[in-house]
Parts: sequence; C-alpha cells; structure tokens
Amino acid sequence: MSRNCSNQNSYDVIVIGAGHAGCEAALAAARMGAQTAIFSMNLDSVANMPCNPNIGGTAKGHLVREIDALGGEMGKCADKTLIQSRMLNTAKGPAVYSLRAQIDRRSYQREMKHTLELQENLDLIQAEITDILVENNRVTGVRSHLGTVFNAKAVILTTGTYLKGRIVVGDVVYSGGPDGLLPANRLSESLKKFGIELLRFKTGTPARINRRSIDFSRMEIQHGDNPIVPFSFEHETIEREQVPCYLTYTTEKTHRIIRENLHRSALFGGIIEGIGPRYCPSIEDKIVRFADKERHQVFVEPMGLDTEEFYLQGFSTSMPVDVQIEMIRSLPGLENARIMRYAYAIEYDCINPLDLKLSLEFKNIDGLFSAGQINGSSGYEEAAAQGLIAGINAVLKIKGEQPLILDRSQAYIGVLIDDLVTKGTNEPYRMMTSRAEYRLHLRQDNADARLTPIGYKIGLIKEDRYKKFLIKQQSISNEIKRLKSKTVPPSDKVNEFLKRHSSSPISTGIKLYDLLKRPEITYEALKEIDDGMPDLPRSFAEQVSVSVKYEGYIAKQLQQIEQFKKMEQRLIPEDIDYEKIPGLRIEARQKLARQRPASIGQASRISGVSPADISVLLIYLDAKRKRGGKQ
Amino acid sequence: MDGLLTDTIGAISTAVGNAGISIIRMSGPEAFSVASKIFRGKGNFYEYRSHTVHYGKIIDPDNNDVIDEVLITKMAAPRTYTREDTVEISCHGGYVTASRILDLLYRNGVRPAEPGEFTKRAFLNGRIDLAQAEAVMDIIASRTEKSSKVAVSQLEGRLSDKINSLRTRLVEMLASIEVNLDYPEYDFEEVAADTLSMKIRSVYDELKNLIEGFHYGKILREGMEVAIIGKPNAGKSSLLNRLSGRNRAIVTDIPGTTRDILEEYVNILGMPIKLIDTAGLRETENAVEKIGVNKAIEVMDSSDLILFILDANSGFEQEDADILEKVEKYREKTIFVVNKTDKKDEGKLNEIKERIPNVLEISVLEDSGINILEREIYQYVNKNNIDTDNQILVTNARHKKHLQLSLADLEKALAAIEAGMTMDVVSIDIKSAAENLGYITGHQVSEEVVANIFERFCIGK
Repeated sequence: MSRNCSNQNSYDVIVIGAGHAGCEAALAAARMGAQTAIFSMNLDSVANMPCNPNIGGTAKGHLVREIDALGGEMGKCADKTLIQSRMLNTAKGPAVYSLRAQIDRRSYQREMKHTLELQENLDLIQAEITDILVENNRVTGVRSHLGTVFNAKAVILTTGTYLKGRIVVGDVVYSGGPDGLLPANRLSESLKKFGIELLRFKTGTPARINRRSIDFSRMEIQHGDNPIVPFSFEHETIEREQVPCYLTYTTEKTHRIIRENLHRSALFGGIIEGIGPRYCPSIEDKIVRFADKERHQVFVEPMGLDTEEFYLQGFSTSMPVDVQIEMIRSLPGLENARIMRYAYAIEYDCINPLDLKLSLEFKNIDGLFSAGQINGSSGYEEAAAQGLIAGINAVLKIKGEQPLILDRSQAYIGVLIDDLVTKGTNEPYRMMTSRAEYRLHLRQDNADARLTPIGYKIGLIKEDRYKKFLIKQQSISNEIKRLKSKTVPPSDKVNEFLKRHSSSPISTGIKLYDLLKRPEITYEALKEIDDGMPDLPRSFAEQVSVSVKYEGYIAKQLQQIEQFKKMEQRLIPEDIDYEKIPGLRIEARQKLARQRPASIGQASRISGVSPADISVLLIYLDAKRKRGGKQ
Repeated sequence: MDGLLTDTIGAISTAVGNAGISIIRMSGPEAFSVASKIFRGKGNFYEYRSHTVHYGKIIDPDNNDVIDEVLITKMAAPRTYTREDTVEISCHGGYVTASRILDLLYRNGVRPAEPGEFTKRAFLNGRIDLAQAEAVMDIIASRTEKSSKVAVSQLEGRLSDKINSLRTRLVEMLASIEVNLDYPEYDFEEVAADTLSMKIRSVYDELKNLIEGFHYGKILREGMEVAIIGKPNAGKSSLLNRLSGRNRAIVTDIPGTTRDILEEYVNILGMPIKLIDTAGLRETENAVEKIGVNKAIEVMDSSDLILFILDANSGFEQEDADILEKVEKYREKTIFVVNKTDKKDEGKLNEIKERIPNVLEISVLEDSGINILEREIYQYVNKNNIDTDNQILVTNARHKKHLQLSLADLEKALAAIEAGMTMDVVSIDIKSAAENLGYITGHQVSEEVVANIFERFCIGK
C-alpha cells in the first residue's frame, strides 16, 4: 500500500465519522499500513461523549479490555483521562467484575484527536460526506458536501446518530445532530440508492446542571476505588487524584409532576416514532411502567475537571423545558438547579445489521463496511469494538486476506457482532453479560490471553508488548503449577490461619492449590502460610486466583465451547442456493436466503430456523461435497 | 463431518403404540460397548459373530435390575444400514419397556437420534446414494413436521403447562440474579443465597415428582407390577389363576412346580395390573429351581407391590421366616396374605397372626376374601397417588432425559450455593437447568432472561 503524496484524494480506507467507532476503525487501518482518511463534520467533536461522561460498566468494561487486548485505543485513552474509577461487582464473581470510569470528556476528545493527528498513514479531515460511490456493487469512494471526490478501496460508515438526526424536546422538534451539532441529512439518500434498508431508532440524554447550583450535602457521595485498576493491559497502575460522584432519588413530587405532564411528553404525545431501547427508558417511561416503585435513583456525575457541568444519569426525558426544570428541582439537592443543557431525545437513521456479514462488510456492496450506532447498537464501547473490527477487516479485505471474525466463545466483541448481524435488533442494542453464553471464560481479566495473540498476528500489537504478554502468561502458568505441587503439612500455625478465615482445619497435608479452591481463602491471604509465593503483579495474581478457584466451571465451559466450535467451523459456501435444497421449510429457506449465514453454527441461531432445518442443510452440504469430490 | 459421527445414537424403531414386541436400535462406535454393559446372555457379547441373534436379559448395570428378556442382534460395520456398528434389541411389550431400555442406553452414553438420523448416517457413510438421500430429506422434512405436531399435541395441556411454569420460575430467578450482575449501580434487591436455595429446591422437588411420574406413567400404561411370593405350594399360582380367571400356570401339589416367572395381565377394579408369579423362595440345591429363586428376588425389587402368600394349613415355617426376612426391606409395598383358610389349622394360623398381625385371610379354593384382596391392591395404587386424573405424567424418554439433566443442574446449583460460590457461577447451572426444560417445550432461555429483566426491573440512563 503505497502513498501517493501529491494526491490527498486517493486512499485505501475511508472512514465516515470520527466518533468512537470511527476513531478505532481509522487507527486500526492506518496502523495496519493502509492509507486512511477519517472525516468528521466538525473536528471539534472528534470522540465526543454526547451522553454519559463515563466508559466501561458491566459487559462494556469487558469490551474495552478486549479492544485494548487487540491493540485498540479506547482503553489507553480512558486510562489517561479518567477522573474516577471503580471495579463493579467485586462480590458477585470474576465473570462479572466490571471496570467503570468517569472520564474528563474534553480531555478524552483532545487526547483521541491528537492521537489521530499523530498517526502515520492517517489524515483527519473536516467535511460532511454526502455520497458513497459504488460501481458494479463495489464501493469506489465518497463525495463531500464541497463536491470533492475521494477514491477508496474500502469505506467504513461510522455515522453514529447523525443520519437525518431529529431532536425532540417536548413539543419542539427540529432537525439536528447530537450535542447541539448539525445532522447529516444527505448521506441516507445515497445509502438508500444502493438498496440499503434504513431503520429509525431513538435514544435520549438527560440535562446538565451547573455545580454551583447543586447542594451535595443532600446526596449520597460515591468515591472511586483505590488503587485504580487500569483498562489497558499496558498499564499496571494509575496514580491519580479522583473526584466523587453523587446519588440522589426521585421524590413523590417528581412523580406527580411527571404524571400531570405526561401528555406533554414527546414520547407519550406520539411525536417520537423511533424505537427506543428498553434498558434506557426516559424517566417518564419508568414512572409509567413501574408505577409501584416509590423512588428511582439519579446519579449526579461530573463532566470533567475544568467544567462545572454535571450529568444526571437516570433522568433522561423528552418533556418540554418548563417541565424539565420543575422535575429537576424536585430532586433533593437540586432544588436550586441551574440547567446548562436541556434533556433531549434524538431520532436517527440506522441500517439493518442483518444486511452485514460477520466481518461488518455489507453483503451486497463489496468493500463497504459499517460500525457503531449506525448498526443499531448503543454505547461508546459497543461502537468502538465494532469500529476496531471494521477497520481491521477493511484492510484484510484490501490485502485479499480472510476477515477477522471473533466468535461467541472468544470475546464479547464476537457476541455483540454475532447478535447484531445474525439476530438483528429492533432497539439500540446494549451489551450485557447475560448475553454471553461462555461468561466465565470471557472475563475481563483474561482478555489479553484470549485476544492479544490475535492482535499480534494482525499487526496491531507490537513486538515488545507481545513479549511482555508471553512472560505474563508464562509466570501465571508457572505459579499455578507451583500451587499444584506444593503441599502444606498440618500444623498449629496453618490450622490457626484456617480457623481465622472460617475454614475447616486440616489433619493431613493439603496442596496449596486445593486450599486456594476454598471460597473463603484468597490468594493474597495464602501468602501468610506460603513462604514460596512469588511477588506477582496484581493482574497476574488475579488470573492465577480465578483460574484455580473456578477451575471446574471453566473446564466445563471450555468443553461446551469445543462443541460450539464444531458447528461454527462447518462453513456454508457463499454461493449456496437455498432454493435448490429440498426439504427446507419455507420460512427457513427465506430466512437463510436473506441472511446467508457463514456457518452452520450461525445458521442455527437465526430465529425461524429449526434443528430439523439444520439437519437438512447438513445433509445437503455433505451430498454436495461428496458429489464435488467424485467429479 | 467425522466430528459429527463420533457419537452413538439410539431410538425405538418400532411404531409407538401397543405392540407385542418393540425394537430399539443403536448405531455408532460405542454401540457394542454399551450393549456389552447392559446385556447379559450366554458368553461374551464382544465375541458374538456379526449378524447373529442372541437371547438374554437387559440389566441396569447401576443396580443389576433386570429390565426385560430380549433378543439382541449384533451387526458389525460396514455391513449394516448405517455402515456403523449396529445393535438391535427386541424387547417385550409396547412403548414403556422399550423406553426404559432406551433410557438405560442414554444413561450409558448413547444420544437420542434425531428424526431420520439413521438414514442420514446411512447416506453420510456412503451406504445410499444422493438420489435416495434426497428422497429421504423430503421424508425427514415431512416427518419432522408431523413429529413436531405430535410433540406439540403431547405437550398441550398440563405437562407443558407444568414444565413451562417451572421454566418460568427458573427464568425469573435468573433475571433477578442477572439484573444485579448487569446493573450493579442500581438498588435492586440482591438475591439472598438462602432464598435462592429455597426457590431452587422447590422447583427441584417438583421436577423430581415429574420424573417419578414417569414411573407411574408406566404403571398406568402397562399396569402396576404385583409380585406374588411365598414358599412353594402356598398357593401362589392358584391365586394368580384365580385373579386372572384363567388356567395359565401349571398347578400341581408337588412343591416347586413353578420354576420360572409367569406373568399375567389382569384388570382389578378397572386398574391394569401385571401379576408376576415367582418360583417358591426356598433355599434349594436344584439348579433349575435356584435360577427361579434368584429371579424371584429380582422381581421383588422391581415390582410395585408384593403379595406375600402364607399357608394356613402348614403354618409359619422356617421357609416363611426366610422369606419374611427378604421381604423386610420392601415392607412398605407388601400385602401379607394367608391362603387355604379352608384347610386351616387354628393353632398354626394363630402362629402366623402373632408374627404378622394384619395378615389378610383368603381361600382361593372357596373364593373367600378375594374381593377384599382386590380392594387392598386397588387402594394401594391410590395410596401412592397414582391418580389418573390429576397426576401429570411424563411418558416420553427424551422428556425424561431432559428432566433428569435439569434436575442434575439444579443439584449442582444448590451445591455451588452451599459451597459459597459467587452468583455468576450459580447462574450457569440455573440457566442450564432452564435450558434443559426449554428443550422439551422449545423455548430459548437467553433472550427470555433479557426480556424478563426489562419487564421487571426499572433501568435507565
């Protein structure tokens, strides 16, 4: 991939939109050696967080870890700019430990934009892309609002919620993008022209309040964890002063105000037609659907260090402005609140993800990829994860190599993409740990073990990081071996130790390994009776401990994964003609023909395809293979 | 493809319904090893020549229970329909005995065959050509539709309601756990371990009842098994003949005439009953009779009810004492009967009554007390809640298998809670239990849990 220095109009990969998906896509493509351009309608809105000022959380934190393990940017950028960090769910088991950080929003944007600017092979350009150019079902480039044509071998759509954006505040409706920015009104038509189906989704964001008007003494305070656990596997520790978040609750008065003004809500008044997410209902939705609940939580979170803006998580609404003020002022501590930005709902065009392959390339347009909220997902992390995969696959496509497809047993990223492109979605899709079948294997602590070798192979993980990774894996397995071989003889000291940890005493020797398996004995505690314990970094020790304690369950999941893989590895030829397969039920035939699954495993997850249909398909494929072999 | 053909499949090959004989077929690499585990006949199963038929018994290797006398056919690959090692077992009676044998195969590593799977293997192994295979595909498709209709109609009504309600309870438990795992920042009530244990246990108990219902299903379909035991010449065969109203057993006055098991189906007050007459239970040197005695002990173990027949004429003898000792552990399911009151010796009868106060007095010869005995048998059945109207019955071996798997999952979940494991782990077993129930009713659990979370819990930004 050579660079034509004189021509800034010709690229290998073009990325449309510089949000969280776009940034990862562009960085991955450029780092893999492709000449890349990333376009944003406004360069001051690169990597913006128009909604909550945080990254991570359950399942989302897993995604960030996975992005980092593959060589993506989000985790590193978050580590540099976080202002509070917490590990959630520490009492609920290692599969669901989840890292969540408050981010200084402007710092994050600045950091990410600067990273793009410094990246070799990458141009960051301000322009609105109004057309994609396609010849013979193959993408050839894009055209900007200024009429400039940029040629490209692959194009990635990462337009977020900008396409035909429509802002709704009560009965006021206007054309607009998120966070007071302009919408992208012209690209939708261009996509439609090439037969791309567009859906209409909706989401929303709550109001922002000036800190000077908040009485924190009436709220619960929430501090960050100490020490901070970083997102990135490249960072072992982060030393930083953290700022607190706050928690308040809705009151009876809040509920009354909402009920009295329901008819003025855009949601209930029928102004909004888009499909909103179930997990992210507006406060009026919550009051109506959960009428018995006396109060709802509202989290009050700082937007950054050099701003007085605070975000009200849990309080998104489509009420008109006057009702918003009244509602907010009914919350304890916010009686004198001064609103800086009003809550709004936004409707936008997105594609139907069923039109995508697992590589995130469109099935019917060669070289056109799509990632992020335009694919029907929700959340910065979900967007970044898809962006990274789309960026990688755009380059692999140009190189003529097989795409990188992570399956459901390898990563949350795999679950996310498989869910989207196999099952589709009728609301913005949010990642949840309960969506993953192999949750105990897909932990946030072992994301590097699962994915860093892949990142290394595709060239996003550099040699020195890979070496460090190998050393880490080696010392973890050495330590597990040591625990398995070392026996603790019974002694007063040991039994006193066990008694102190409410663990049953021993009368014969026991392996350290078996002691560690006891739920009440932690790896750290074991040090007291284990003089040979090496001084491992926190992240190493965590994996040792989890691997031992959950060994039986992990082994069981690995067995299930083996079964699962057998079906995933049975590929279906791209040119298969479902019309020619006798015995398929009509519904299954239509669904299979529409979605063209890549493997038998994927086919079996399509709703409306029964196990009997899969049997028929298997028989047909084998018949075909045998016939082919004879000829 | 090889990966998919490494397992051994089994199914009942004969039509469902009341038939004289049923055939169970299994095919795959483990067919011979499984057969050798559960079949007891002359010689070693492995040494039988291919394509030969052998007489013997199917036994449950876990407890050595005899399930049936069968003819077994061994056919070694590749000269078989599937081109794999194949075993066919011909057993007595209709669906129920066959399902019991099939169930035994499943417990020993055989997987339920899917519709048309034997044919599919025949094709995949090159036994039939493409044209034939395509014809078979049509059959599979139509058969699947039919069989799924059958399954649906079977599941319509109380069984599916019951399984659905149990599954829903598990899904709700999961949602309560999951919402706390996925939305830790919200103030939902945490699921307390002991509450969860209690809830799981209640589903567990109901599942267990359902599985036991499988056995009652058998009773209702094939009749309750009632074993008649007693010393030689106490009148067992006469009683069997009297109850069945036919002369089936050879009855003589020489002790030990009935050397093998005799079975007779009778209808007692509308209840189907399978009467099993055993050889006399006495210590014997006679080789032929000894087999009969051992068999009698096996029958006592497997039968639902035992009639212990004593003799009012000969009184309580050492042989009766021996039998009483053997019956002791089945006392719950034993009715004590003293026959030959027509020839009774008062003193000897009193000896019996001293030892067995509630003994029922009858005379087969004079036809006295028989009605009372019939009522006792009938009442025993009802005492065990085998209520045809209200009991939900599991009759399908596949359903039973999934119920058992689900039960095992719940056991693991309870053990995990007991051991203090975290909820992310406990939920794995509960989910697996719900999935196993879902296999019966055709529901996918994962999506349901997510939907349940959003319905029940209020989450938002």
